[in-house]
Formats: sequence, C-alpha cells, structure tokens
Amino acid sequence: MARRVVVTGIGILSSIGRNLPETIDSILQSRSGIGKLQHLDTPHKKEFPFAEVPWSNDQLVELAQLTDSEGYSRNALLGVIAAREAFHHARLPHLPPLRTGLISATTVGGMDRCELYFNDFLTNDSKNIYIDVYDCADSTEKIADILHIRDYVTTISTACSSAANAILLGGRMIRSGQLDRVIAGGTEALTTFHVNGFNALKILDKIPCRPFDANRNGITLGEGAAYLVLEAEEAARAGKREILAELTGYGNACEAFHQTASAPDGKGAFLAMERALQVSGTDPSEIDYINAHGTGTDNNDIAEGVAIERLFGKRIPKVSSTKPLTGHMTSAAGSVEAILSILCLTHRLILPNLNFTTQMPELNFTPVTTLIRDIDVKTVLSNSFGFGGNNTSLIFKKTPI
Amino acid sequence: MEELIEKLKEEVIHQLNLEDISPEDIEPDSPLFGEGLGLDSIDALELIVLLEKNYGLKIEDPKDGKKIFHSIRTMAEYITEPQKVC
Amino acid sequence: MAPFINGIGLISPQQTTNPGVFLPEVMEYAVDFLRAVDPNYKAYINPLAARRMSRLIKMGITSAKIALIDAGMLPSPKGEGSGVGSSPDAIITGTGLGSVEDTEKILTGMNAGEQLMNPTPFIQSTYNTISSQIAITLKCHNYNSTYVHRSFSFESALQDTLLQFAEGAAMTVLVGGIDEMTDNHLQITRRAGHWKMSPVNNLQLLSTRTFGALAGEGAAYFLLGNQSTASTYATLRDVKTIYKLEKPLKLEEAIHDFLSVNNLNVNQLDVVILGYNGDFHFDAVYDQLGSGIFNGTQQVWYKHLCGEYYTSTGFALWLGANILKHQMIPAAVKFNNMPSERLQNILIYNQYRNINHSLLLLSR
Repeated sequence: MARRVVVTGIGILSSIGRNLPETIDSILQSRSGIGKLQHLDTPHKKEFPFAEVPWSNDQLVELAQLTDSEGYSRNALLGVIAAREAFHHARLPHLPPLRTGLISATTVGGMDRCELYFNDFLTNDSKNIYIDVYDCADSTEKIADILHIRDYVTTISTACSSAANAILLGGRMIRSGQLDRVIAGGTEALTTFHVNGFNALKILDKIPCRPFDANRNGITLGEGAAYLVLEAEEAARAGKREILAELTGYGNACEAFHQTASAPDGKGAFLAMERALQVSGTDPSEIDYINAHGTGTDNNDIAEGVAIERLFGKRIPKVSSTKPLTGHMTSAAGSVEAILSILCLTHRLILPNLNFTTQMPELNFTPVTTLIRDIDVKTVLSNSFGFGGNNTSLIFKKTPI
Repeated sequence: MEELIEKLKEEVIHQLNLEDISPEDIEPDSPLFGEGLGLDSIDALELIVLLEKNYGLKIEDPKDGKKIFHSIRTMAEYITEPQKVC
Repeated sequence: MAPFINGIGLISPQQTTNPGVFLPEVMEYAVDFLRAVDPNYKAYINPLAARRMSRLIKMGITSAKIALIDAGMLPSPKGEGSGVGSSPDAIITGTGLGSVEDTEKILTGMNAGEQLMNPTPFIQSTYNTISSQIAITLKCHNYNSTYVHRSFSFESALQDTLLQFAEGAAMTVLVGGIDEMTDNHLQITRRAGHWKMSPVNNLQLLSTRTFGALAGEGAAYFLLGNQSTASTYATLRDVKTIYKLEKPLKLEEAIHDFLSVNNLNVNQLDVVILGYNGDFHFDAVYDQLGSGIFNGTQQVWYKHLCGEYYTSTGFALWLGANILKHQMIPAAVKFNNMPSERLQNILIYNQYRNINHSLLLLSR
C-alpha cells in the first residue's frame, strides 16, 4: 500500500509578499505584483512590465538571516528565504529527524550574478567567488546547508514546469518509502538573460499579461521562490501537526511537438492532466478548481483551454490563471501555483484571473475574474507546462481532520 | 531585385543554418514555411532578426511575418517597398 | 527487481560510438581538456531538424539513438534491424551545465546593448532541451525530466529511473548523462581552481601530482528494461548519492551500508571503479579507500580516458557494464592487479570535490 503524501508547511516569496501572511493578504485583495522594474537593470525596462520582488539583494540578505552572504546569488537568496519559511511553518526544527530530502528547481540558477560578471570571469580574477554560483545546483546546496538537509539533495530543470516536477518527485519518493519528508519547490530570480531570451521569442506583453483573453499578447515575467514541506501522512499525524492538504495525484507528459510551441490540440496538457487524475483516482467531475498554466501567450492558452474542454467536457471546473497576480515565475511557477491552489482549499477561495475582458472565440469557458470567498473547495488541479513540451499537473485535496 | 533575391537566399541559409541547402534549391516564389522549406515559428523570429540586422527593418508584430516571409520574393519586396507587403 | 541495461550509446573522447567493440585502443592526448570525438551526426539526425541544434544537443540525440539501436528498439542508420518500437516509457536526462555554448552566445550577445538577440540560443540553453528534443525525435509522449545537480545530475536521473521500475510505471527507460566543455568555460572555471593550469598527457594524469583535474566531456545514454534481452550488459541494482560527509570515516561506513542494503559485502565486489581525476588534493579520498576498504579489490579508474565532468559516471557505467558483458578488464583502466575469475559485481564510487559523492552498483 503506497503511503499518502501530505503538505505540512509552506514558504512563499514573490512580488505579492515576502512571506505566507503577506501573500494571503495580497490575494484576498487581488493585489497584483506587476509593475515597473526597480532592481534589475536592462534597457527593456521601459518596454515591458515585470513582477519583480520589491526588495534589493541587501534587503534579501537580511530577510534570509544570513551572517555571511558572500557568494550568494539573488536566486539563492530568494530560495533560502522561502525554503526556511516552509521549514519553520512545518515546525521541522522541533521535530525528531526523519529521512528528509530537498528537491529544488530552477531554470537559470545563479545567472543573475553570472550575467553581471561574465566579462570579469573572462578577463580577471575580481569576481571568482561567483564562478561556481552560476549553475543550477548552487542555490539548492546553499538551502541544504542552511537547513541541514543531507539525506537526499537534487535539482530539477524542466523549464516552466520545473518546480511542479520537484513536487512530483518528492511525492513519488515519499509514496515509495524512500524518504519521509521532502522540501520541494523552486526559486527563480529575474535576469536580463531571461528578459532577452523571452523577448527574442517575442512573447513579452507590453502591458500586464491577460491569460485566456482574446487580446492576450504574451507573458509578464516574475520572480520569487516557493517551497512545500511534503511528508508521509503517518509522520505528520505522529507529530500531531496541521495537515494543509494531501498531494493525491501528479502527471508528467511530454508533448513532443515543438521546441517552444504547444500542439494546437493541447495533447501534452491533456495527457498530464489525465495522468494526474489517474494517479489520484479522481473523476474529472470532482475537480473544483483548475489553477491553469495560463501564461497569456497566444499559443499556450488555446492549447491548454482546448485540452481542458476535451478532458472535462461539459462540466468544466472553475478555471483561472494567477499569473496576472504574480507574473510568470518560470521555474518557480509550479510551486507558487501549487501553494495558491492549496490556499484555495484552506481558505475556501477561488482566485481570480485578473486582466480578463474579452472571451476567446476558440473556447467555450470563461475564467473566474473576481475572487470568490466562502466556497467549498475540496479538490484542485494545478498545471505547469514548459518549453519542449515538459508538462506536469498536480492534484491536491483537502484532508479530513 | 534579382540580385537582392540571390543575396537573400545566401543570408537565409546562413541565418537559419540550413547546411544541406544551396541557393539553387530555393525557388524565389515557393513557400519558405510549411510544405516549402519546412521552416517554423522560431525560423520566422530568426528572419525578423535578419531583416533588422542587415536591412534596419523592424517588425514589431511577429504576425506580420507571415506575409513578409511567405517566400524569398516577398521578403525582397518588403525590403524594397515595405508598405506594399504589409 | 533490478532493471537490465539493454543498450548503450556513448560519445566520449575515446572510440566508443560502436557498441559492438569494447575499447579496442586508447586515445592519448596532451590537451587542456579532453574533447569528445564527434561521430557523423548526419547519419542520425535529419538536416532540417539539425539546423537548430548545437553540438551538445546533437551529441545527446545521437547517443540516445545509438542506445536504442543497440537495444534493438530502433533500426540502424543503414536500415538494419526492424526496431521493436521506438518509444521508451520515460526519457530522463542528467546534465550539470546544459548547453554551455548557447549560454555563452547569449551572454556575449547581450554585450551589444541587449538588441537583436536570436531566439535559437535561448531555446537551446534551457537544460531540458536535450530530453525534450529526444522526445520530439522519437515522438515520445511519456514521462520526461531533467536533473541538473552538479555531479548528482546523472545519478538523480538513474534514481528516478529505478523508481519508475519500482513503481511499475515503466518497462523501458531511456536515461542519460551529458555535458560539454568549451574554451571559454574552461578558462573561467580554471580561475575557480577546477582544472590544471596547463595541458597534460591524459595517460599520465596521476603522475603530475598537481592540483586541479583534467576536464572532459561526453554523452552517455542507456536503455534500461525490466526484461533481459540478447543485448543485455548487466543489471543496475542501486544508486545512492551522498551530499557532504562531515567525517572521512563516514564514507567507509556509507559504502558498507550501501552494500549491505543490497545484501553484499566488500569481499563480494569483483571490481570497484573509482573517479580519480588527477586533482592531487581530492584524489586523496580515493587513495584512502584504496588502501582501506578496497585494499583487496580490483580497482579501476576511467577519467584519464574521458576527463572530469559532472556526468562522467555515464562513462563509468558504460565501462562497468562492458566489463561485465565481456568479462574482461582492459589493461588501460586497471589501477592495481588482482586475480579475478568470474566478474559478477561492480561498484562505482565517484566524488567531486568531496561534496557530491555517489555509489552505483551493477551486477552481471
């Protein structure tokens, strides 16, 4: 009998709040984090809006409670703050040690330092301390060191589904009995590397992103980090701790269609959601809310929308993309949106798809546009899809007390 | 115009790294995308960069690319008379 | 039940792309880093698809295809063999650095005021592009993931693979480890003390007794299945990663534990493959084991053939699997000389900078 996997801790840092309470406050007021860049320097800052974390690196060092911050990228700072919050939220420091793993996700790792110092790296020794910070594993190892996690440490990068795959792997390792506890999530700092990369693909919207809107014109990049503490149910119950939700299902599929574009029939999205439902043993009619990937690109929203219609038929659950709130946090989007989905369960909410005005002619459903409160939400599905067709869906359920 | 067409063929082959294709393989009027050369949306973005870099022409909306990059000839026409194509 | 290694594709600085032969001769180099020998990529990738592939991606797709051909799942480039079906149930890749070449193109390109950037290097610089391009090539819609954790990258991919089999979710998994080196990246990471400061002869790597490793690169894909076939090399029994050991003694303890979980003891190991990379300082970790726990074991090393890179254990797994299949240890990889009759169990132990340690166990 496979073990059940529950969520006992959450840590989140984004443009809408430096911790969980601030995040909840922002979503209750539908306050978006999208605005002008203050910290990242790029000639494109006048052209596009961004969902930047509104704190400087020095302020983040303080938030991260670091005594020695030498060799820290912004990516690692964001990750440490959110992972530490999750760790304390689950009261792990006060619990007996169990086999604990850290599975973190990122797409460009410490690129925020590398892009600043690349020319120094090539020509002089002044920034050598940042050379090893460049890769994806650096922030993961810094988090592992701070939280003293030794039993299992790894990093996943599957573009914009990275953190969803970190949660998926955490769930699988607990279910199979390899670990008892996993801190799983992702961290991503805004970089000129990403700004220019997505701009080269011509998919940055000049105004805040409008997922599922007929006039949508691209994404709004964001940054931040979010981690979940996943535990075997018996460990959580033995510790008499609050269980926030149960991770009941996950599905990973590869669209295998194109390097960047989604298949028009949404095949990859369909397969990921279908597999998650299968693993969860959940009928589509039981899903109360879908936190869509909903990037606001022409391509994604059609493909995802068509896949939702194919899978759910006439009984389409409430759907929204929360990217107009947080921006598209790329690798971290999966864990941020998993957390927002879990908050729907714990706080009896459906989150709004802001910036929506015009129905897409290709779709028969309309996203939820205003916050719904005091609503019974038992089962949520969260979608995260990445370049190359790396698609992952997660299902969380409210756990009976 | 014919000179420009020949030059464009070379530039397209270089920009898109079409190793096994020679300029003679490309008919000026045959479609570059789909059933023609088999190019896709990323190639279209590469061609936007090519036009801006080599000809100083900025295409703001990638959707305009469809008409401009229909064939080598439409590209040449856009370079000589942008208004006529879009 | 441990899955079987049924096909291998390895692109390395040695002549390894023909799975039919096992290290017939050893390539000697005197270089800054060991560069992988490029096979004829055109035999494996059609030119239109190749137009947007940098070298690393070509290496990945080609080695993956060689593994599938070796396992009888794809016909050979000449059309030989039918191929019983080309889609594995999962494609999982480990890469420490992804496409370094494309990442550098973007970083260099941004120097010109962040204007006129090409989309292609960005697409290729994403770490998951290798796994997803293999999936596109095979039209494979199954599980697909990418691990990017320094010298845990390939090991994490293998651990996910073993979990797929344990869950009963897969009958076949294509799993690989791949990394490249560039001149710029070598120059940069030399500053951080990773590499030797001048060219060395790879076959005399350990005699220099200097700091820094000899860098290398390579791509290794493996087709693992839950059934043995005519092409089976070995079984992959277990993989463990150990992050930062506080005390050196703990390492021997960890190795004993790992073996005992797998119902083995050190005496039952016929070969241990060690990750000596020429860095005098960190190679001491292997020396200690060699004169300690592995004192009576046949020791083998491999990085003088492929160099150090984050997914070099792909080369080691190729080596171990071939030693078991051919029941023969090439002289060039022997670190000591122990009498051996039947080669049954092989342990691979690797570490990078005494931080990321890994253990792989394979049996005949």
